[in-house]
Amino acid sequence: MKAIIAIIRPEKLEQVKENLVGAGCYGMTVTEVKGRGRQLGIRESYRGKEYHIDLLPKTRLDIIVNDDKVEKVVDAIVKSAQTGDIGDGKIFILPVEDVVRIRTGERGEKAV
Amino acid sequence: MNTPINPGDTAWILISTALVLLMTVPGVALFYGGLTKKENVLNTMFMSLIAFALTSIIWVLYGYPLAFGGDIHGLIGNPTNLFMNNININSPATLAPTIPALIYIGFQLTFAAITVALISGAVVERMKFSAWTAFVILWISLVYVPVAHWVWGGGFLSQLGALDFAGGTVVHINSGIAALALVYLLGKRKDTRLLPHHLGYSVIGASLLWFGWFGFNAGSALTANGLAASAFLVTNTAAAAAMISWIILDCLKTGKPTLLGAISGAIAGLVAITPAAGYVTVPAAIIIGLLTSIFSYFAVSKLKTKLGYDDALDVFGIHGISGLWGSIATGLFAAPFVNELGTGLFYGNPKQLLIQVLAVVIVMAYSFTMTLIMGKLLDVTIGLRVSEKDEIEGLDTNLHEETGYRL
Repeated sequence: MKAIIAIIRPEKLEQVKENLVGAGCYGMTVTEVKGRGRQLGIRESYRGKEYHIDLLPKTRLDIIVNDDKVEKVVDAIVKSAQTGDIGDGKIFILPVEDVVRIRTGERGEKAV
Repeated sequence: MNTPINPGDTAWILISTALVLLMTVPGVALFYGGLTKKENVLNTMFMSLIAFALTSIIWVLYGYPLAFGGDIHGLIGNPTNLFMNNININSPATLAPTIPALIYIGFQLTFAAITVALISGAVVERMKFSAWTAFVILWISLVYVPVAHWVWGGGFLSQLGALDFAGGTVVHINSGIAALALVYLLGKRKDTRLLPHHLGYSVIGASLLWFGWFGFNAGSALTANGLAASAFLVTNTAAAAAMISWIILDCLKTGKPTLLGAISGAIAGLVAITPAAGYVTVPAAIIIGLLTSIFSYFAVSKLKTKLGYDDALDVFGIHGISGLWGSIATGLFAAPFVNELGTGLFYGNPKQLLIQVLAVVIVMAYSFTMTLIMGKLLDVTIGLRVSEKDEIEGLDTNLHEETGYRL
């Protein structure tokens, strides 16, 4: 089992959700977050004065999948969240030790 | 029974009064509220609301009689109508005999309230709410009331021939320069950036200001006639010209038009045309509007940084500077065929320009000095500034135990 943490552009969320369903992935947790990458943010201008904004709004998806679905899910996210411009985000893949479904008490892959 | 009161004029001033009320609550409140950090949105809006409420009471107790009562030595009004005593509901207004005195009082009340509310934009995100309420009471009583008397109530500047149709000197220069004095005492915020948390609010607020400004300027004709119509049209024209001018400046500076720039330009144009609204032609309004954005843009983007004062939402840069230009422009462009009371330099009367400059200098000096004195007094008694902790965490939760957004 793997945890897939994807940081994406907020405006891409709907398209990512749709493609994940196509990839057979239904469950997810979505959080509004702020962050920055190597370019250290963007510039904004208010009343003729420029400001450097280094933490930008992003959307974080937490998805747990069984090992055989990891590549399909990652592909679905990349295809639907990619614009080619700086700021598209990142995907982190982490091992998961165990999963518990609270409703039934099931453990492991059955609970994913 | 014959009455000199004209129903058409009365209806127009009733509407105008409501329009000017709309400028403060919710116009200024939303305009300023959107420009602050989200942790201070309620405190910012509250400053406008409390300013309106306090001024409303002061005005009917003693503010109006002292500002507009019979002149005493050119300095202050005769307080014969304290607490609205001896004003019959059908009495005509002394300075506007075709409308009832009571609605003239109401109309003037809304001007006083917005003037002090405008100052709040300079001091947001760091001033104690208690100090602000005390300031409103003192400032309306000791600065607004006498200045309104000097310029509009038959005082010495009015006797001198100073022209201020709807408040370039009384409202905008007065509030702009007081803002400067108050921020000088308050000092800079911990984070002096202007990063609006909700520009959408500001667009709605600025739009309500523009809408209400028709009551402000066209209502200042005090009659429903051609002069009101002329003031209406030049007001809209100057605002539009100034908006376009600010957008061009934005494009030249950063390559992109900004919405905050557009609404800032519109407000600057509305401010600049205010003193001139009942005296100038439409082409003059275009020139006044186009130029005022250049002056205010320079003030907010260059002068503020150079002089190092922290006028949070640019009250001095926009209201002070554009009010100053508008008052001078009145001395240049006043056309006798628009209003026989005003003839400016370009129509052969250079003296008017000198009178305008003199009036501006006197009001600036008085407002700045008095605001400094009362601000200092408040600083040493109740304190002007919130604690560092309150400022960093935000004023909404710390001063009011409320939060603007619960997500």
